[in-house]
Amino acid sequence: MPAPLVELTEEGLLCRAGGFYIDPWRPVERAVITHAHADHALADSEHYLAATPGLGVLRLRVGAGADIQGLAYGERLRLGEVTVSLHPAGHILGSAQVRLERGGEVWVVSGDYKLGADPTCAPFEPVRCHTFITESTFGLPVYRWAPQSEVFADIDDWWRGNKEAGKASLLLCYALGKAQRILAGVTAEIGPVYLHGAVDRVTQAYRAAGVAMVPTTLVGPAKRGDDWRGALILAPPSALHTPWGRRFRPLVSGFASGWMRVRGARRRRAVDRGFVLSDHADWPGLLAAISATGASRVLVTHGHAAPLTRYLQELGLAAEVLATRFVGEGEEASEGEAPVVGEEAGS
Amino acid sequence: MRRFAGLYAALDETNKTGDKVAAMRAYFAAAPAEDAAWAIYFLTGRKPRQVISSKNLRAWAVAAAQVPEWMFEQSYEAVGDIAETVALLLPEAPATATRPDALPLHRWVETRLLALPRLPEAAQRELMLAAWEELGPTERLVWNKLITGAFRVGVSQTLVIRALSEVGGVPVATVAHRLMGTWTPDAAMFRGLMAAEAGEAAVSRPYPFMLAHPLEDPPESLGAPETWQAEWKWDGIRAQVVRRGGEVFVWSRGEELIGERFPEIAVAARQLPEGTVLDGEVLPWRNGEVLPFAELQRRIGRKTLTRKILEEVPAMFLGFDVLEHAGKDLREQPLHVRRGVLESVVAALGSSTITTSHVVELASWGAAAELREQSRSRGVEGFMLKRRDSRYGLGRVRGDWWKWKIDPYVVDAVLIYAQGGQGRRASLFTDYTFAVWRGEELVPFCKAYSGLTDEEIRQVDAFVRTHTREQFGPVRVVDPELVFEIGFEGIARSTRHKSGVAVRFPRMLRWRKDKPAADADAIGRLLALLPGGAAVEGSESPSGPSPAGR
Repeated sequence: MPAPLVELTEEGLLCRAGGFYIDPWRPVERAVITHAHADHALADSEHYLAATPGLGVLRLRVGAGADIQGLAYGERLRLGEVTVSLHPAGHILGSAQVRLERGGEVWVVSGDYKLGADPTCAPFEPVRCHTFITESTFGLPVYRWAPQSEVFADIDDWWRGNKEAGKASLLLCYALGKAQRILAGVTAEIGPVYLHGAVDRVTQAYRAAGVAMVPTTLVGPAKRGDDWRGALILAPPSALHTPWGRRFRPLVSGFASGWMRVRGARRRRAVDRGFVLSDHADWPGLLAAISATGASRVLVTHGHAAPLTRYLQELGLAAEVLATRFVGEGEEASEGEAPVVGEEAGS
Repeated sequence: MRRFAGLYAALDETNKTGDKVAAMRAYFAAAPAEDAAWAIYFLTGRKPRQVISSKNLRAWAVAAAQVPEWMFEQSYEAVGDIAETVALLLPEAPATATRPDALPLHRWVETRLLALPRLPEAAQRELMLAAWEELGPTERLVWNKLITGAFRVGVSQTLVIRALSEVGGVPVATVAHRLMGTWTPDAAMFRGLMAAEAGEAAVSRPYPFMLAHPLEDPPESLGAPETWQAEWKWDGIRAQVVRRGGEVFVWSRGEELIGERFPEIAVAARQLPEGTVLDGEVLPWRNGEVLPFAELQRRIGRKTLTRKILEEVPAMFLGFDVLEHAGKDLREQPLHVRRGVLESVVAALGSSTITTSHVVELASWGAAAELREQSRSRGVEGFMLKRRDSRYGLGRVRGDWWKWKIDPYVVDAVLIYAQGGQGRRASLFTDYTFAVWRGEELVPFCKAYSGLTDEEIRQVDAFVRTHTREQFGPVRVVDPELVFEIGFEGIARSTRHKSGVAVRFPRMLRWRKDKPAADADAIGRLLALLPGGAAVEGSESPSGPSPAGR
């Protein structure tokens, strides 16, 4: 009986037969990366393999000098006894599901994914497999998303209303993925758009990859006579209660996250407005994705793994919790964001 | 209903008082009178009795949402609120724009909500399922909260009154006066509320309260002690008793009328001469002794007062100032003159329910400091110091009134259990149990919820998640590693607590990241703080009673 195609080790998810790890949480010899969020893409491994469209943002995370090999979506690569291919996960630019095949047996590791539309990345592609390793960040039926067009319309209305009231709109969101999705969705004609340094860096990488977004300007050092009224400013959540954030006063603050679906999370944030916008699958999305794989066995990682697993078991699937160290509980880091390499806090 | 749900969302969305008042103003200006009356009813915390049990609500929601029952519980754990969990689990409502807002708020309440308790269960179920189908997401949440009697939104009666006053151009005191007592929420009530001022408010209106500053410098900085009037500082509800126009009004500092909560004070105040306003403190008082403030809270918390609670927690009004006498405003008079008037007015009353504060003679600041050490045994918080020749100023005038409070007790204790919070704190571990050492063992002695910043809460939450030893239902037993400085106001023996003591108002003063758990305090330190001080069972604490910061 050979080892399973993917096993859980101290270093992370190991594909022994292929000689590589998937999103390891310690430096390893060879790492296949699903996407560039901090809990999935750790620096200091020897060799990286990742989907070509995401190489620019991955370099921001693991360093420009890292040895990274790109693989086009759908292209097959033989590693050891295993045939590996990457397929769009719809999470952020370059995010991929990892398909592993050995002797007719197919596994897919989802990484993070969503099924909803997103103009900044290739849409999620269902991949048939025997065993599917899925995330479960929003694995409860209370989490359901409205179409992004409605959310963008809400953000536009909010921004417009704040502008009319002579205030700046400070919208907090994760610097990688969420911010660019918003920049591709809002209406440029409403007013000028400014970016926090951390957001700007990633946005430049997105622009270099050809993603169309509204024009933006980096927020420079504070100057006397700065006038932010009517502007939309995107910044990471940590910027809110800092001198950097206060300079935009009078301002109205907003936060874009799937967690904003629940009132308690909204109130705890103490922002003026919550927008329910997530780059993770909602409950119907998780069920649809799992069903589309045709998998008879599902391993559930980070998030609400226990309820999703039990629900799948009651549907008759062989489901188990897989205790990875990907972040998924708690609202701070669960959408996979941490400082980008070289970022100065609050700059 | 949609307009009211919109108001709820707007109030819920902001922490800014100005925005809340603006949202209510917009609502009251636009809503039909019969709806506005119900909105006032709910916003001011009045509610019909719970019409549907949460058990039935759950069962019907589970059916409508087509999720297993255990999944409902899991969802509830993440959301922290039954009404919201139900609203989030129900199948998607059709977009607001495509639904007619068929039924105004007063019809929802009068023909459905109030009808529900009289219906057989099957009909209740049908009504609820139909209601959910008809309503949008926020409306569902509001409806669920109304029928479970859990409707609460972060506005005080004062804010509601302010908004109504601004919309109707009616003075605040008039609106407050008109909202007193019992009224029927209907169109006539709302129109009456908004009617032009007819002079009735002047009768009830209190004076703005004069407030004290905490004394941070040594008392010697205040100059000669004989220029100051000292009184014990009691922990009660600051209030003004207004006796005018043949009526009595008891106002709290939050400008709420609280006479109905304290009928014994209102009755006693009827004997005051016409045209009198007293300033003082409402205290829970039995057999000549003050009761813990928590006892008073039992009375504030309820709408209807039972005979039992009136007997268990009698209240009295301790007057310390007089602002109006024989219809004349005395506030420009110096304190020592007002004090004379106060004493004669209250003495003439001969009541044990309305009395005057005791003026403490100060021989010297040194003697005062010594006397202040008796505060705890007297059940007070320290001294109030008021300049004898001061007028009664507006608000927090600096320099004339000082509160010279004693510091809280402190111990360093170890976090041993954690539990998830509710509402705003759902899905975070925010409710903690703390323990002190008894030999090698940690004995729990209090729970505390407050005192940490949001950032610290997140850090402790992360610690709990990664250091759970055992789990009992919602309670996590964690590795005993984190030490917090716990402050509290009082301590008494208790047979109900494993530690043998119960403390008042425990809260976290700071996180002692510098201290390992082994260096936390031992039980002996707590026992030594007990009134009477007698340290028993092998006290490990060499120090006597020692409030912080001495």
